[in-house]
Amino acid sequence: MRFAFTDDQLLFRDTVADLLSKECSPEAVRWAWADETGRRPELWGALAEMGVIGLTVPEAHGGLGMDEIDLLPLLTEVGRVAFPGPLLETTAVVAPLLAENAPASVAERWLPAIAAGEAVATVQLAGQPFVTDAHVADVLVVQHDDRIYAVPGDKLRLTPQQSVDGARRLFSVDFDAADAELIISGEAGWVAANTAFDRGAAASAAVLIGLAEQMIAMTVEYVVARRQFGVQIGSFQAVKHHLADAELKVSFARPTVWNAAYSLAHRRPEVERDVSMAKCFASDAAELVARKALQCHGAIGYTTEHDLHFWLKRTWALSAAWGDAAWHRRRVAHVLLDD
Amino acid sequence: MDLNFTEAEEAFRAEARAWLEANVPTGLPSGDTREGFDLHVEWEKKLFEARWSVVSWPEEYGGRGASLWEWLIFEEEYYRAGGPQRVTQNGIFLLAPTIFEFGTDEQKARFLPAMAAADDLWCQGWSEPDAGSDLAGIKSRAARDDERGGWVLNGQKTWTTRGAFCNWVFGLFRTDPDAARHSGMTYLMVPLDAPGVTVRGVERLDGDEGFAEVFFDDVFVGDDLVLGGVNEGWAVAMATTSSERGLTLRSPGRFCAAADRLVDLWKRRSALAAIGDLAAVGAGDPALRDDVAQSWMEAEAYRLATLADVSGLVEGRSQGARSSLTKIFWSELDVRLHETALRLLGPTAELIDDAPGAVDGGAWMKGYEFSLSGPIYAGTNEIQRNVVAERVLGLPRK
Repeated sequence: MRFAFTDDQLLFRDTVADLLSKECSPEAVRWAWADETGRRPELWGALAEMGVIGLTVPEAHGGLGMDEIDLLPLLTEVGRVAFPGPLLETTAVVAPLLAENAPASVAERWLPAIAAGEAVATVQLAGQPFVTDAHVADVLVVQHDDRIYAVPGDKLRLTPQQSVDGARRLFSVDFDAADAELIISGEAGWVAANTAFDRGAAASAAVLIGLAEQMIAMTVEYVVARRQFGVQIGSFQAVKHHLADAELKVSFARPTVWNAAYSLAHRRPEVERDVSMAKCFASDAAELVARKALQCHGAIGYTTEHDLHFWLKRTWALSAAWGDAAWHRRRVAHVLLDD
Repeated sequence: MDLNFTEAEEAFRAEARAWLEANVPTGLPSGDTREGFDLHVEWEKKLFEARWSVVSWPEEYGGRGASLWEWLIFEEEYYRAGGPQRVTQNGIFLLAPTIFEFGTDEQKARFLPAMAAADDLWCQGWSEPDAGSDLAGIKSRAARDDERGGWVLNGQKTWTTRGAFCNWVFGLFRTDPDAARHSGMTYLMVPLDAPGVTVRGVERLDGDEGFAEVFFDDVFVGDDLVLGGVNEGWAVAMATTSSERGLTLRSPGRFCAAADRLVDLWKRRSALAAIGDLAAVGAGDPALRDDVAQSWMEAEAYRLATLADVSGLVEGRSQGARSSLTKIFWSELDVRLHETALRLLGPTAELIDDAPGAVDGGAWMKGYEFSLSGPIYAGTNEIQRNVVAERVLGLPRK
């Protein structure tokens, strides 16, 4: 029994965190809100260079062939800086789906390009109305019932959908059936889609943990610096208890996310339950932290001149994406309570 | 990351499970009543004879030298088998770690085996009428008696759990009245049959005589009953309170077992609701179903967090002030879990003491009352939130 990461995993995480803190500052997120595509291919390339983008791509296709236990701590760092870009979709969901299910020709076409940082991927599973980052995607993996297809990005017809998070780009997507290449269908198609959904849910839980941790850090910094009534506002017990509640929620959500990573990586029979528990706790925790962070910042947090709103809005979006807390709680209830 | 136990650990689990399933008593009255306490002590002695009372202690003191992992496994199996709350817990989980850390060899040999065997039964003496959350405000004094080589105690302790039934108390006494608040205290162990000690039982919220007031009038204790250094009691006591807040007192096994019982209760109640039983119709509420799932998940999250904490502990990373987060989490999940159970029971929830119409003998209401003590004792959750804010997050004290 060892419920902890290895030194190598932590070192990799710290290296990625270091790159992201330099290359994805709050100014970079602010730029992403304003820019037409909102995406910087150089940063994507730097992450690919480091092995992050191709982390789940098999070694035979030029990736690192690693699993969710290696990936999810990196996604927490992605959340910490509110990174704009479809890393979750490309690396957590599409790459493993193609690696496990795609015919050789489709795998050959996309996986080496993903690992090299030359192809960006996104995904639309059943029940997901919109597609993130379809405007920069080279390939969309899309589910229609039991069938999963790959569609080249240049064949997509896009209708932009404005998200509250201006750095998050959402689209309604349409395409001609002739442009869609079948990856898998039948019973195996359902299994592939369910696994992809679980991967996306667990990955978004990991991102939410990073968002929440950063909101706590920003708020601590603020309440220590800010003075009212002649004292630091962080010395007030009401403020302390807001932040203690925030820390409490994140502290007990975090291990459920690592547990979900383990269940996915080892294909444990409890994987659905474990993933849903993680997303339920991470969504609830990040939403509560967002409320506490805004309240403790006061009026300055209620402006778009302050950076906090980047994290608030990403939290609102991701806590509902890939199933919200209530949906995942019911999924756990179904596993536990229905005979 | 490896979430499997070793073969040796699984063998330990199998041995514990087999013994517990064959020996755990059923239907014991509360251990916080006179007659119940004696029956619980009998059970504790049975545990000791089979060397299950203090599995993590070295063999020379009555344990099995079990690892932290094996201790967790034992706790899981203990509560899974329906084992009762340990009336020896204040000794074995709170005092013993302090004796292991600060005690002399003589004190270890004198106190640990008798504690393991449930011959000595320990209660704790922290709170006083004017010092609850503000523990450093204690006034009970121990005056130096050079002639007899010891200390003369005067003052009062209160909220002493099972004080009316135990025979030893440990706690803090002020030995230097002129010292600053957190100094000048000494950690003492006092036999409750010593001349000058008066114990008065106090009935708790749940109706049991689980509390006591302990009065000290010129009670003499020898130097051999000082634990750690004279005037160093605060540091010694803090070592114990972090055990109380952290994982030693509240292993996840207890909450996971309660959550499993809640799931079972939901199945029974919703079956009744489905056939229109008027006393159970509320149990069909889908919101209640969500709450059952939430409680089960919280217990599981506590188990997972403990696995992470123990993984750190065995590699030398201490929990530190994060033990306050642990205390808040288990105490509040325990309340929510029991609140959910009471709502499942609807109008039968109020029945206790094996009333004919009671479900599970009324254990859920009793458990609810007990759970309500969690956010209060071992440092109120308000104090714990201050600790988290100041010592985990680094907010200013003043």
